[in-house]
Amino acid sequence: MANPKGRKVRMMQGNEACAEGALRAGLKFFAGYPITPSSEIAECLALKLPRRGGKFIQMEDEIAAMAAILGASLMGAKSMTATSGPGFSLKQENLGYATIAEIPCVVVNVQRGGPSTGLPTQAAQGDLMQARWGTHGDHPAIVLSASGVLEAFMQTVRAFNLSERFRTPVILLLDEIIGHINEKVVLPEEEEIEVLNRRRPTVPPEEYLPYAAAEDGVPPMANFGEGYRYHVTGLMHDETGFPTTIPEKVDHALRRINSKVDNHVEEIIEVNRFELEDARVAVVAYGATARSAKRAVTDAREKGLKVGLLRPLVLWPFPKEEILALAKDVSHIIVPELNLGQFAHEVEWAVCGKTEVVKLNRVDGEPIRPAQILDVIEKVS
Amino acid sequence: MFNYEKYLRMNRFPHIWCTGCGIGVVLKALLRAIDSLKLSKDEVVMVSGIGCSSRATGYVDFNTLHTTHGRAIAFATGVKMAKPEMTVIVVSGDGDATAIGGNHYIHAARRNIDMTVILFNNHIYGMTGGQYSPTTPQGRFASTAPYGNLEAPFNTSGLAEAAGASFVARTTAYQVAQMERFMKQGIQKKGFSLIEVRTPCPVAYGRRNRLGSPVDMFKALKEGSLTKAQAEKMKPEELEGKIITGVLVDVEKPEYIDEYDKLIERVGKAVSG
Ligand SMILES: Cc1ncc(C[n+]2csc(CCOP(=O)(O)OP(=O)(O)O)c2C)c(N)n1
Ligand code: SF4
Repeated sequence: MANPKGRKVRMMQGNEACAEGALRAGLKFFAGYPITPSSEIAECLALKLPRRGGKFIQMEDEIAAMAAILGASLMGAKSMTATSGPGFSLKQENLGYATIAEIPCVVVNVQRGGPSTGLPTQAAQGDLMQARWGTHGDHPAIVLSASGVLEAFMQTVRAFNLSERFRTPVILLLDEIIGHINEKVVLPEEEEIEVLNRRRPTVPPEEYLPYAAAEDGVPPMANFGEGYRYHVTGLMHDETGFPTTIPEKVDHALRRINSKVDNHVEEIIEVNRFELEDARVAVVAYGATARSAKRAVTDAREKGLKVGLLRPLVLWPFPKEEILALAKDVSHIIVPELNLGQFAHEVEWAVCGKTEVVKLNRVDGEPIRPAQILDVIEKVS
Repeated sequence: MFNYEKYLRMNRFPHIWCTGCGIGVVLKALLRAIDSLKLSKDEVVMVSGIGCSSRATGYVDFNTLHTTHGRAIAFATGVKMAKPEMTVIVVSGDGDATAIGGNHYIHAARRNIDMTVILFNNHIYGMTGGQYSPTTPQGRFASTAPYGNLEAPFNTSGLAEAAGASFVARTTAYQVAQMERFMKQGIQKKGFSLIEVRTPCPVAYGRRNRLGSPVDMFKALKEGSLTKAQAEKMKPEELEGKIITGVLVDVEKPEYIDEYDKLIERVGKAVSG
């Protein structure tokens, strides 16, 4: 794609950028089931994957799609699935399997209005908590967000990198607006993108313990079919990979898989700050809503109001320290979102009464407009 | 004497199965079939769901993947597509494969993707204590059918055949040589193969239905079995409750991954050319 005369500017849709990002990260296998507003990701990959020697399959349902990507990833193929609300619900059991069996993969959820079939063609951000807690049991979660087309590309690459790095599923939580928006983008050159691959065992097969973690809590991963025969199960298992109910071993295993994320929050978390240096009021927003928030902050600045925007690019683990630091500097934190206050709830918990949290919610299928946010900024300034 | 230990993870024993259970007999036939094909242990991926039969993956020395209930075939689809050179064998119970996993079962057969499914049909949910399954005969008792099962059972082999499998065979845990032969044929077949094995669950099924000792249950398999040729000469009412054994389907048809590879060849060239 390198262009000697300069970089290629392309019109691209968010979903397409996500598919392109996956290919750039080394995607080899995609399994999906059609659902609005995510289907373009599957369509794009059905077209492009076989051209590059990868494989695409439309499975019989989302449960099967989630299962298939785990099977493929275990063989060493970087794998992804994409869906929306109802399909995301169906993926939950096997998402849990991915966390306990420590199989890297990327799951994209282009959110639409819920619950149930809800609003198939309209944006929402109501799956934030499901992305964190959708599967049963205590489990780690890494959930990324994006607010634009180029960012959807970059965040997809990052989702793969984090999943390979930590041997855990990574969820990319987009929304209908970001999935369907068209923007001009200049994709980065090959060498400007860092692509991470799972750590491989350094010991011979007879010494390999598939779930014996390195110092950072992440066990090196052998792909099936390369001479390291081992057992993978969703039952609680010890370092050998075989089931155990010995309390100390169970405790250690469950704590370890959670610690992979808990002990690397700083490495994982990423926030974007806009006009925050002297801000007295802050807006915290993610996904499509952050676009309106940015506009509102710009307009408010023009009116002389000291307001800024904190935009988390990683939603889970929750950027607690960043929010807490912000709370020390501002009188109000405004949290606009397309749900009934799921992220705001976490913000309230993080600031612990140090500053006032103002919720701005919309669940009627319409986006939050900049003027609505500006209104609130003016009221609290 | 066949050296089973070559294929078993001896340090994982004792196994969880009840005395008199048919699962071990079926697993042994599978190991002999694999051995006769001279497959290396590294090139075999054995995938299972959840159930007594699905626990088999824990005891055999291959690349083993014990997945979620009903989903083994869907996991196996990803396994096979990512590394087609592997021999993929799925072991699954009747509940696992045809109740919760019924959708994956028919669709994998329809695609004719190259894998061999060994269906341990014991007519019951063994692991969870004897609830009725889609293959429990009408009138039989189960913990959730205390007045007798009202539902009609699946013909699981027929289901795979109708869905498009290229190889389907039915046998029983009593017919150890036939079972091994069918398994070998199924693994050799390029395409979706189903080997349905009727196997006794004396504990969760036999006891509640007064089917006698494990030995009685094995004998019943022997006495209740007919070959396909014998069955063809009999009237439908005479076949009631009988087990028709034999290779039921063996056809050549395009295999899914072969077709995908041709596609890659075609469109990959179109792009680079
Ligand atoms: C999603 C889900 N639902 C239910 C169960 C409980 N469960 C475990 S095994 C099983 C049935 C097993 O029966 P079958 O597949 O016939 O195998 P068998 O034990 O008889 O070999 C059930 C219902 C589960 N593990 N997961
Ligand atoms: S419950 Fe039935 S199927 Fe399960 S191990 Fe016991 S006898 Fe075998």
